[in-house]
Order: sequence, then structure tokens, then C-alpha cells
Amino acid sequence: MKILVAIKRVVDYNIKVGIKGDGSNVDIDGVKMSANPFDENAIEQAIRLKEQGKADEVVAVSIGSSANQDVLRHALAMGVDRALLVEHETEVQSLEVAKLLQAVADKEQPDLILLGKQAVDDDAGQAGQMLAALLDYPQGTFASELDIENGEAIVTREIDGGTETVALQLPAVVTADLRLNDPRFVKLPNLMQARKKPIENLSASELVTDLTPRLSLINVAEPPQRKAGIKVDSVDALLQQLRTKEGIAL
Amino acid sequence: MSTLVLAEHNGQQLHNEVRHAVSAAQHWGQPVHLLVVGYQSEQIAKQAATVDGVTEVLHANAPQFEHPLAEDVSKLIDTLVTDYEVVMAAHTSFSRNVLPRVAAVAGVAMISDVLAIHPDNRYVRAIYAGNVHTTVQSRDAKQILTVRGSKFTAAELNGQAEITAVSVPEPFTKTRWISESRIESDRPALNSAKVVVSGGRSLGSAEKFDALLNPLAEKLGAALGATRAAVDAGYAPNEIQVGQTGVTVAPELYFAVGVSGAVQHTAGMKDSRIVVAINQDPDAPIFQVADYGLVADLFDAVPSLTNALS
Ligand SMILES: Cc1cc2nc3c(=O)[nH]c(=O)nc-3n(C[C@H](O)[C@H](O)[C@H](O)COP(=O)(O)OP(=O)(O)OC[C@H]3O[C@@H](n4cnc5c(N)ncnc54)[C@H](O)[C@@H]3O)c2cc1C
Ligand SMILES: Cc1cc2nc3c(=O)[nH]c(=O)nc-3n(C[C@H](O)[C@H](O)[C@H](O)COP(=O)(O)OP(=O)(O)OC[C@H]3O[C@@H](n4cnc5c(N)ncnc54)[C@H](O)[C@@H]3O)c2cc1C
Repeated sequence: MKILVAIKRVVDYNIKVGIKGDGSNVDIDGVKMSANPFDENAIEQAIRLKEQGKADEVVAVSIGSSANQDVLRHALAMGVDRALLVEHETEVQSLEVAKLLQAVADKEQPDLILLGKQAVDDDAGQAGQMLAALLDYPQGTFASELDIENGEAIVTREIDGGTETVALQLPAVVTADLRLNDPRFVKLPNLMQARKKPIENLSASELVTDLTPRLSLINVAEPPQRKAGIKVDSVDALLQQLRTKEGIAL
Repeated sequence: MSTLVLAEHNGQQLHNEVRHAVSAAQHWGQPVHLLVVGYQSEQIAKQAATVDGVTEVLHANAPQFEHPLAEDVSKLIDTLVTDYEVVMAAHTSFSRNVLPRVAAVAGVAMISDVLAIHPDNRYVRAIYAGNVHTTVQSRDAKQILTVRGSKFTAAELNGQAEITAVSVPEPFTKTRWISESRIESDRPALNSAKVVVSGGRSLGSAEKFDALLNPLAEKLGAALGATRAAVDAGYAPNEIQVGQTGVTVAPELYFAVGVSGAVQHTAGMKDSRIVVAINQDPDAPIFQVADYGLVADLFDAVPSLTNALS
């Protein structure tokens, strides 16, 4: 069984991004970038399935500029077998991501495609579903458990107010929640070794002809800020404020 | 052209968020149709018909919808989509699962978790864990989106729409539903509760989480919430995680108990009207978003707060 894992390069989740002076976009120049956290869960799960003898090969793919090599090296250091870079210099939106991943799937013929449930930069959470639809594959989104049994992916998914378990006939698309696993730490020697491994390049425009963004960015802005309020020094003072100042019946 | 809203329900009750999505749908000034998908779901269709502003309820009733899968629901919407310029829903895990599939097949962008809708198909969304708001404009002929319920008022329930049965495509056979587990609770639902009490990792154990926060939530008629750290430590079920990757809440009153105030958490609660934080560290970031901050040990403060409530 072959697993394809999609990895997005995003601003590291520990960093608070700023906004360009003219409000035209977020300012990410020189900011630390990382693999999308959910994609690390996806990589980890793929590697575990391989370690359990349930998968033979794990292939990582990222769409973006040559800078994306760093997240692919990270995936190689974690233990994926091969890495593909779909080169595209400008921004790709979800539908185009899905179309490109579909083209890669056509070439690679994976049995399972793993993505993150959402990218922490634009919090969209849709690329996996779009890919599954284009391929007409079953989907298991927001997965907190994933196993392979008798040619099916058994997925426990997070839903509002609980969880749901579904069985997906392979090939299938699964998107990873943070709860799926704890991604392993990458050891330095592995990272050094990963530096030497080849990364295969594909050209986005050769895979998909129309990559025109459908959404134009009008502007970005600071959200309305909450102001820090007051400190109270006791439970009684707190209740007093809530009752009298805020008019809450408590 | 009309606007189609996908309705969510649990088999018994129309999801409250549907009413918010319907009022967001009024933006286009076109007739609003509500799509109810289910099995033996006549009651739900009837409830849907009472949502103010809905001119027609499309009712898709079939055995495969007893546990509706995204694959089946999206296939159904694909058959209806040519009649609509706008297809939308509240941003619940159900529609998040379904609508991106519809958008992909229709070949248009999906715009998820919209906070505000402006003329000319411009939308405001939160990105980077709510740290930035972005306005995007769609160039597509068709708009497919989910909206954040708390940002739109709820439509009233005094409508009288017509109910029309729609035909249902063959079931998708490659996905098999196995089981579902939902937490049963008499408490209000987290995403529509007027008061929310959330606890963090500092509660220290599942027993202490329950022993301290349950009585407080009981007295306040509040829903319980938790940080991801508390959920990961096993103190609380993951369904009640508040934040970027959990539930978004906007109650009248939010209690953050032993919560540090990481952006991933505040992304899910900063639209609350009043925020109260209890934390022993006076420099905890949560105090920057709290209206009332009590610097105290939660193991003292919470019991005395619970006692002080009538
Ligand atoms: C006007 C405008 C400007 C934008 N500018 C930028 C920008 O400068 N930089 C930027 O990064 N985004 C930008 N975005 C956001 C971007 O266009 C897409 O919305 C987004 O990158 C598509 O993926 P997603 O976040 O929707 O994926 P999600 O659906 O949130 O992600 C789910 C999963 O899909 C996979 N995935 C997503 N993208 C990739 C990828 N590139 N390679 C491999 N796997 C992937 C990952 O596994 C990820 O976990 C912009 C958006 C707009 C509207
Ligand atoms: C991709 C990603 C997504 C995430 N999504 C979410 C999300 O959706 N929701 C979420 O909550 N988190 C999320 N997180 C995690 C988030 O970054 C924080 O780690 C988490 O919110 C911290 O939880 P906490 O405040 O309970 O714990 P801590 O950070 O450990 O804080 C505990 C706080 O309790 C205080 N305290 C300790 N003892 C006492 C006492 N006796 N009395 C009073 N106060 C006390 C401390 O001063 C401290 O401020 C996400 C992280 C990532 C990487």
C-alpha cells in the first residue's frame, strides 16, 4: 500500500503575524516557517502504518516555491520515503491545491491520501474534501483515529458533540486532527541524512493548466481588539461587578 | 435565482445554527430555500418550514440519510446546484464536511467560516487563529460558503414555507457508517450557551475538573468548555474544546478558569460579551482579553464563587 501525504508550508504557529502598513496583506517576510502542524500528524500516521507493515511506501508532496524544500526535508527526516515538490511561485487556493493533488494522485496511484484537517494560516479546512470529491473517493475528515483493516480505512472522526466512526474503501482521503497522534521529534542525524535525499520536482502548470486564483484579496486588518478590563481582588468584588455593572442576574 | 441553505439536525431537532445561516442568506435578497436531508425526517422538515424568511423547504428523505455521509449529501446537492447562485450553511462539522465537496465538483472556491458578507460577493474571514481579518472577493459565478452563526442574528420561527420532496441519487457505497458516540448532557449546547465555564490544564485531573467546574456550571446554567491542554491531558472530552481547532463560542458570559490565554484558545472565545478570568499568574495573557480578572488560586476561588451564587 502506498500513502501520499500533503504538506503545506505555513508560518510557524508560535508566531504572531503582523500586517503590512498598507493593509494589503499579512507581513510574513523573514518569519519562521514550518510544516503545518496537522500535516505533521498526517506524516506521523503514515509512518506508523508503514512501521506496522500496513504500508510499503510513504510519499510526501508540497505545493509551492523551492522554499518548500525545507518542509519536505522535515518529512524525509521524520521517515517518509520520497518527496515531491510541485513548483508554483505564487499563491495557490484550495481548489487549485485539490486539482494539483489530484494530478499527483493520478501519477502516483496512492491507496491512501493524508492531509491536515486545516492549514493554520488561513484556517480554511477544505482542501481534503475537495480532493476527495474530485477523485470521487470516500473521505474521512477530522480524523482522531485511523487504522487499515482488510482494505478499508477505519476512521474515527471528530464531529460536533462527539465522534463518528466510518469505514472507507481504499483508495480514500483522510484529513488529520491534532489528536490523531503525537508527531515524533526529528533527530539531528536524520535531518542531516534527509539533506542528501533527492526531492523530485514537478511543474504545477504542467499538471494543471488553469491555476488562476478565484478569490481576490481586498485587504487584511486587525480584528476588533478586546481591551483588558479591570482586576478585582476577591470573589465578592467580582460578583458585585457582574451584578451591578453588567446587570447580570447571578 | 434562489439561495440554498443546507440544514443540520440531529434527527429530532433542527440545529439552532440553521436559523443564523438563514438570516445570513437574506443578504442576497433572493428567495431562501432550506434543504433538509434525513430519514423519517418529516418532523424536521416541518420545523424547517417555520423558519422565518424561508420560502421553500426541499426535503430529501431516504434510508441512506439515517446517518448522512458527506459523500451522499454532496451528491444530492450536486443535482440541485444549477438552480442556485448561492449555496451555504452554518459552519458546523457537518457542513464543513459536505460543502467543500460541492464546491470542488461545481469548480468554484469554497469560502469557509465567513464572519460578514458585503456587497459584490465580498466576505470577511478570520485567518491565523483569529489574529487577522481578511476581506476576499469571489469572482465565481456561484458562491459556496459557510458562515459563523454567532455573527448573524437568528431568524424567528413564525414562517410557513412550503415543503417539496426532492429525489435522491443512488447511495455512495464506498463509505460505510459504523457508529457514533455523542455526549449526553442536560446542559445547554456549548455553541449556543449563554454562559460558558472553561477550564485549563491547571485543574490537574479529570476528577478535579469535574468536582470544581460542574457545580459552578450547574449554578450558572452554563455549558462546560476546556482548553486543548486540558483535553489532551484527559480532563475533559474533546467535544468541548474551545478554540481555533475546536468550538467557537460567543456567550454573554465566559469564565476562563486556570486558562493561560494562548491565541489558539482565545480565537474561540473572544467574541464573548463579558470575559472573566481566574488565574494565579498576574501576567497570564488571558488577562489581556478579560473584562474582569481575579488573580487567585482557582482551588480557592472556584469553590467560594460557587458558594456565593444564590
Ligand atoms: C487573495 C488571497 C491571498 C492569499 N495569499 C496567500 C499567500 O500568500 N500564502 C499562502 O500560503 N496562502 C495564501 N492565501 C491562502 C491560500 O490561497 C489558500 O486559501 C490556501 O493556501 C489553500 O489551502 P487551504 O489553506 O485552504 O488548505 P486547508 O484546506 O486549510 O488545508 C488542508 C490541508 O491541505 C493540504 N494543503 C493545503 N495547501 C497545500 C499546499 N500548498 N501544498 C501541499 N498541501 C497543501 C495540507 O495537507 C493541509 O493541511 C491567500 C488567499 C487569498 C484569498
Ligand atoms: C495547531 C494548534 C491548534 C491549537 N488549538 C487549540 C484550541 O482550539 N484550543 C485551545 O485551547 N488550545 C489550542 N491549542 C493549544 C494552545 O496553544 C495552548 O497550548 C493551550 O490553550 C493551553 O492550555 P491551558 O491554558 O489549559 O494550559 P497552560 O498553558 O498550561 O496554562 C495553564 C494556566 O493556568 C494557570 N494556573 C496554574 N495553576 C493555577 C491555579 N492553581 N489557580 C489558577 N491558575 C492556575 C497558569 O498560570 C497558566 O496560565 C492549539 C495548539 C496548536 C499548536
